Amino acid sequence: MTRYYLKLGLLSIRNNPVLSALMVAAIGVGIGACMTIVNIDYVMSGNPVPHRSDVLYHVQLDSWDPNKPANEPDKPPDQVTYLDGTALLDARKGRRQVLSYRSGRVIQPEDPDLRPFEVTARSTTADFFPMFDVPFIYGEGWGRSEDDNLVQVVVLGKEINERLFGGVNPVGRTVVMNGDTYRVTGVIDDWNPIPKFYDVSNGAFNDVEEVYFPFSVSIAKEIGSHGNTNCWKPTGEGGWKAFLNSECVWMQFWVELHGADEHRVYMTFLDAYAESQKALGRFERPLNNRLHDVMEWMQDQEVVEDDVQVLLGLAVLFLIVCLLNTIGLLLAKIMRRSGDISLRRALGASRGAIFSQYIVEAGVIGLCGGLLGVGLTWFGLKGIEILYGQFDFVGNLVRMDWIMIFAAIVLAIVSALFAALYPTWRACRIHPASQLKTL
Amino acid sequence: MEIGPIWRALLRNKTAYILIALQIAVTMAIMVNAVAIIQERARLMERPSGIDEDNIFYLTSIGFTPDFDFRDSVKADLEMIRNLPGVVDAISTNTVPLEGGGWSSGLQTEPGEDIEATGVAMYFTDEHGLDTFGVNLVAGRNFLPSDIEWVDQNSDRWPPTGIVTQETANTLFPDSPEDVVGKTVYVNDDQPVRIVGVIERMQAAWKSWSGVERSMLVPMYRDAGGTRYVVRTEPGYRDELMPQVEELLAASNNERIVRGLMSMTETRQRSYLSDSAMIKLLVFIVSLLTAITGLGIVGLASFSVARRTRQIGTRRALGASRPAILGYFMLENFMVSSVGILAGAVLAVGMNIWMVQAFDLTPIAWYIIPLGMLALWIVGQAAVYGPARRASLVPPAVATRAA
Repeated sequence: MTRYYLKLGLLSIRNNPVLSALMVAAIGVGIGACMTIVNIDYVMSGNPVPHRSDVLYHVQLDSWDPNKPANEPDKPPDQVTYLDGTALLDARKGRRQVLSYRSGRVIQPEDPDLRPFEVTARSTTADFFPMFDVPFIYGEGWGRSEDDNLVQVVVLGKEINERLFGGVNPVGRTVVMNGDTYRVTGVIDDWNPIPKFYDVSNGAFNDVEEVYFPFSVSIAKEIGSHGNTNCWKPTGEGGWKAFLNSECVWMQFWVELHGADEHRVYMTFLDAYAESQKALGRFERPLNNRLHDVMEWMQDQEVVEDDVQVLLGLAVLFLIVCLLNTIGLLLAKIMRRSGDISLRRALGASRGAIFSQYIVEAGVIGLCGGLLGVGLTWFGLKGIEILYGQFDFVGNLVRMDWIMIFAAIVLAIVSALFAALYPTWRACRIHPASQLKTL
Repeated sequence: MEIGPIWRALLRNKTAYILIALQIAVTMAIMVNAVAIIQERARLMERPSGIDEDNIFYLTSIGFTPDFDFRDSVKADLEMIRNLPGVVDAISTNTVPLEGGGWSSGLQTEPGEDIEATGVAMYFTDEHGLDTFGVNLVAGRNFLPSDIEWVDQNSDRWPPTGIVTQETANTLFPDSPEDVVGKTVYVNDDQPVRIVGVIERMQAAWKSWSGVERSMLVPMYRDAGGTRYVVRTEPGYRDELMPQVEELLAASNNERIVRGLMSMTETRQRSYLSDSAMIKLLVFIVSLLTAITGLGIVGLASFSVARRTRQIGTRRALGASRPAILGYFMLENFMVSSVGILAGAVLAVGMNIWMVQAFDLTPIAWYIIPLGMLALWIVGQAAVYGPARRASLVPPAVATRAA
């Protein structure tokens, strides 16, 4: 029977091209507007490390000013101090742990004709690569011994390798940065977690850094942070040493823990650490340490912009208006065909048959609207990309994957069926003979 | 006119009209709230930064070799830039308003660790700062060459003088904001800074910061691994000087790189990009929505005219004039719209209350609601005019024919 209804539906769409086109357009525009924003929200609130997000924990220690919290309401600072970061690192109480901060370097190419250029860099410890599941094209990261012995090694991003070595395997070759020579241990393949979860304090949707080198080397060379630094207490005279020993927070600490037991043990360790610091006169605030896994941390940091949420609300309302419109149009269409329906009922069609017929027709319209909607979503995302073009990261947010395309079509069909419910119900209630006399 | 009969006719066939009224209500709610957001963003974008934006550009110089000499390079660079034809003045500083990155420190009026400090944005400059930024000195004096100090990277030391904005003075000394010259404030808990001058206005580098109007000029050259040169030009010289200065700096010393060349005009654009984009998006959404609602009204009105062709003919035959038929449909739409608009006004206020709580928006100005109502009445009447006119053209003779 469905095939027969499909045929009837297509016939009816052909008989009322203007009305049908209007319905398809209303659904398509609604879906397009809605899915454009949903897509951006979906990308922004996506899971950047799907396989490991529940074993990676971001550590916060409340080392802040006794007189006021780092962030309202009573939240500890987002980053950690050098003192605390290195203490947690040396304790090695997790399966793996990584301490890192955003820095920058100037690369001096071997070729004297090429000008030196600046790159974004991450000063980090060895576990960064296995912990965050970083893919390599060539070589690998470095080990603990390089960290401990201040060995000048570097991991390059794909683009920098392209620029310096023409994309061939550079492992074992050297790169000069700020006058120092570093040995290349590996090259990272395409990798751009969105959001950039491991450092949301410095642009949650920025690209990952272009080069990576040991934290210990970076500290020894007195390379300051190129990211956010917050201090509640003066650092005092004494230059770099004084800064390292200060209460300024400027680095991120992540730990890998499996299961509730390890989580609990680690939390106990953090609290004990805080108590030990209290004994030294630091950590004057009440105990307030936090361990968030990746998705909890993304929520805590509210990485999805308010603007996107406002737009999302408006877009959903927009879709509702489009659906109200569709309901009205379908109602008009069905009422116009009251005579038809009466005749079919009089000839023996059951209510169920009428219902199926019009629902199938609405489904077809929904499908067409969905396809149009996917196309309009693509245009919508292009529009957003142009509108926000000066933000370098916008390209990271306007990608559409198969899940979203599928979701758009399903949403369109569901919306169309939902819109069709009332008009179809009205159609079923038309009495077999009532309309015949006016035919 | 015939409100009673129209109303009773509406009630006999209410679904279609309820649909239209609902559409109008939701459209109204979206429209009013979107306009409120647009107004708020526009207000933020209108705030002046206080500096001569049209004629200022800046760029960053970063030394990357171990023997790069920060002091020598700053001295040489500033002398070179200041002597270029078309340049009004130039300084070495840390940031500019609207840039997004900068330095803030807590200032307090009494020394001591337990005293609440007020966050103030710090701009490092020499005696050319006022002239380069083009800010107005309203009290006290400019820095003297003898005030200026050289400060190393990671040092915690502050020069003992400073020039503050009026807003900084208002916040620190609420009792006597007119009389702050000569007063002392403390930075880093206990390092005294004497206020020597007050400037009218100069925003901090973070446009969304609640203390964006609180800044202080500090007389120092600070080595931060590099420095930022801010250059003010004679009107009309900026675009020509930008690449020229960049090239001269890059060529004069190969132990550093020069990057981040940008004009203040572009900085403002980038800084408020999300606001201007949001405004455009909202305007687009509201226009599209109004168009869709208008089309919905046209569609349903056409349908109802088509269905009532015979009734209209009958009325015409019984003596109703064309304007009377036209008036009937216009009035009908007016009544349906009014229901939707009133419901929309309630919905709009409810939505606004929620958005104010959820997103810290400012509440809507009262007059947006009547304006929104007026706009939607006009849209409704305009949309229904076509079908209504067609209805009025139905000849009386239709009444005598079968449908």
